[in-house]
Amino acid sequence: MIALLSRDLKLTIRAGGGFGFAILFFFIVTLLLAFGIGPDIQLLRKIAPGALWVCALLACLLSMDRLFALDFEDGSLDLLLVAPIPLEVVVFAKSLAHWITTGLPLALITPLLGIFWDLPEKGYFWVCFSLLVGTPALSMIGAFGAALTLGLRRGGLLLSVLVLPLYVPTLIFGAEVSRLGAEGLDLQTPFLLLIALTLGALSLLPFAAAAVLRINLR
Amino acid sequence: MLLKVKDLSVSRGGRMLLSGVNFGLAAGEVLLLKGPNGLGKTSLLRTLAGLQPSAEGEIILQNDTAIYAGHADGLKAGLSVIENLSFWADIFTESKRLDEVLTKFDLMAVQHRLAVRLSAGQKRRLGLARLFLSNRPLWLLDEPTVSLDEVSRNAFYKALVSHCATGGGALIVSHTPIDFEGSSKSIDLSHYVAKDFLTIEAAAFL
Repeated sequence: MIALLSRDLKLTIRAGGGFGFAILFFFIVTLLLAFGIGPDIQLLRKIAPGALWVCALLACLLSMDRLFALDFEDGSLDLLLVAPIPLEVVVFAKSLAHWITTGLPLALITPLLGIFWDLPEKGYFWVCFSLLVGTPALSMIGAFGAALTLGLRRGGLLLSVLVLPLYVPTLIFGAEVSRLGAEGLDLQTPFLLLIALTLGALSLLPFAAAAVLRINLR
Repeated sequence: MLLKVKDLSVSRGGRMLLSGVNFGLAAGEVLLLKGPNGLGKTSLLRTLAGLQPSAEGEIILQNDTAIYAGHADGLKAGLSVIENLSFWADIFTESKRLDEVLTKFDLMAVQHRLAVRLSAGQKRRLGLARLFLSNRPLWLLDEPTVSLDEVSRNAFYKALVSHCATGGGALIVSHTPIDFEGSSKSIDLSHYVAKDFLTIEAAAFL
């Protein structure tokens, strides 16, 4: 599993791997949104947590369709299926690599972007922290969608349509945690639910995605 | 017996291609599968490798004894030769023999080159080198000698002979004749073409 993880990280970070695009996309879209809404600081402040979460969601989806497609095209997915490593572990390792190269840097860059939205002091921490907790679920759900649409023409578009509705619960609780955190209110309930969603996705979806991959590779 | 196939039917996309296929492969043997394009040779190999379910019949094969090499070599363009190979070595938990395998397939000189900069023949050699890292006795090979020159072909035959001498076996689909000095049988698959092209329900395969 470590071998697969380090291979995927290496491939993403090397030239042509697409590392950084998601972060740049996130950066630009949040800026555009802030400019589009205008200089009303009260309004910006109010909608900042939700807006940042929606932008992070879209950025997360950007590189998702390549997760299995590249390995499918060059035949390594076939070979991995025959190799002595469970396909569930393959799915988990690849999703983890996706999170390390997108979700993690996205979460870490939000405090910088918070400046443009004039986030309250506590908001910096909670937006960043809720993304840290929530984005693993986004990567894992996306991996399931990528497995479903593997080998389809225009699979990327179908992937977005399939996966974005599945992101709704994570978005609701993640944005709620950020909002309550920014206002300094009690956020235990949505925070626990956000953690539950992430843990649930991490423990169940590798099996679902692996089953779908097996069918798709026939 | 490394592999025994009884009354196997092979289908692709809901269409029956081959039926009633019977053969066995003992350790030390090489079996060549022949037949015209589109007959179902690749589908048969993929069925044996466990990549697709069999429609009917029985495949007797021990777990984790087979390794499959298809048309695509499964190389990562952005990784170097040695990185590609050591990835598979890690997956098969085999680390000592990298140098030996590189020498065997004459890849020592290009070991730090990215796979994207390799020629077609070098890519194929790197793809075949993976087989040696696995320690698995049964090789399922789909057109292994495509784009290999004579020297590399001979190197591959030599490797095949030494693999068979150590208790391995290979099932090879190839259009070009495999002329190596070892015991080999061949099966003409056109005898097993399914008579009725029935559309079958794909069995649950989870």
